[in-house]
Amino acid sequence: MEHAQASEHAEHATTTGIDHRKMLIWAFLGSECMFFGSLIATYLVYYGQSVSGPGPADVLDINTTTVSTFVLLMSSLMMVLAYSAVSKGDVKRFRVWIVCTALLGATFLGFQYFEFTEFGHHKQTFECPPALDRPALEPETACQDGATEYKANYGLTPRTNLFGSTFFTLTGFHGAHVTVGVIWLLSLFGYSFRRGGEDLVRDGGLNVDLAALYWHFVDIVWIVIFTVVYLIGVTVAPV
Amino acid sequence: MEHGRHPAHPTPMTYLKIAVILAVVTFIEWAIFFAPESMNGIKLTVFSVLSVMKFALVAMFYMHLKFDERLFSMLFVGGLTLATCVILALLVLFQAVL
Repeated sequence: MEHAQASEHAEHATTTGIDHRKMLIWAFLGSECMFFGSLIATYLVYYGQSVSGPGPADVLDINTTTVSTFVLLMSSLMMVLAYSAVSKGDVKRFRVWIVCTALLGATFLGFQYFEFTEFGHHKQTFECPPALDRPALEPETACQDGATEYKANYGLTPRTNLFGSTFFTLTGFHGAHVTVGVIWLLSLFGYSFRRGGEDLVRDGGLNVDLAALYWHFVDIVWIVIFTVVYLIGVTVAPV
Repeated sequence: MEHGRHPAHPTPMTYLKIAVILAVVTFIEWAIFFAPESMNGIKLTVFSVLSVMKFALVAMFYMHLKFDERLFSMLFVGGLTLATCVILALLVLFQAVL
């Protein structure tokens, strides 16, 4: 017993007294701030610079995104409960909470997939232009027979305009981070079955703590994206 | 400094209270979004304040920055400060419309 404590103590003997792995994850998260900061800056610099539509107000759906934001916030609650359970040595509860976290993360990704697909297939109603311009309409027959309005494709893809390029790059990279997080959480769930979770409980659940920090970081990045891109972006959208 | 120590973290009940606050704030943001256009100036300020509040709550309580080593806070806030400076510098440099 004494030998085990001594070897554990030696494992954590660092010049700062802080575990290297925890230092590393915080340094990594600090660098990730820079990464997402650059993407957000790029989005803002090109905001309102697109020469053609659609813009944020045309495609972004605040109702759907509010729900997905709520889902991601609740996944953070599940994650912190998973960490709380494992730090007390309760592996069974840990498994429940970590699966809930992964499921909510996957649900958020589902919302993002739905949103991206909807953007691509977005249609909008336009007023019929003067007769001379009608051959350019899509479909060409849309404004015949006295119609005053027509519906046409007005989808957003990364290649549509500057808004599309910067929006999909920013939210796509965030989605990629969530995907990595879900895989990490599921791997921890699998790891919890190894030797009855003994390895996971060791070090006060440090392995879970590292994953939790990453997961919460992904959550706070989304808090910023939701505010900047969705709430403020649509509120001040150029007409 | 004590080696391998684990500072006291909040209880699950505290985590739950934080989650309720986060959910309520998100709902408030959603409700404010649909306020009349004449309030757009106020809306932007409120969105920014509420966002910073949510960010701080998650970082302090869920990421335990309030309870853990100060060095972690320094590493994170250092990166965050640099990122904010980059954003502001680029906005000024390119005279962004937002």
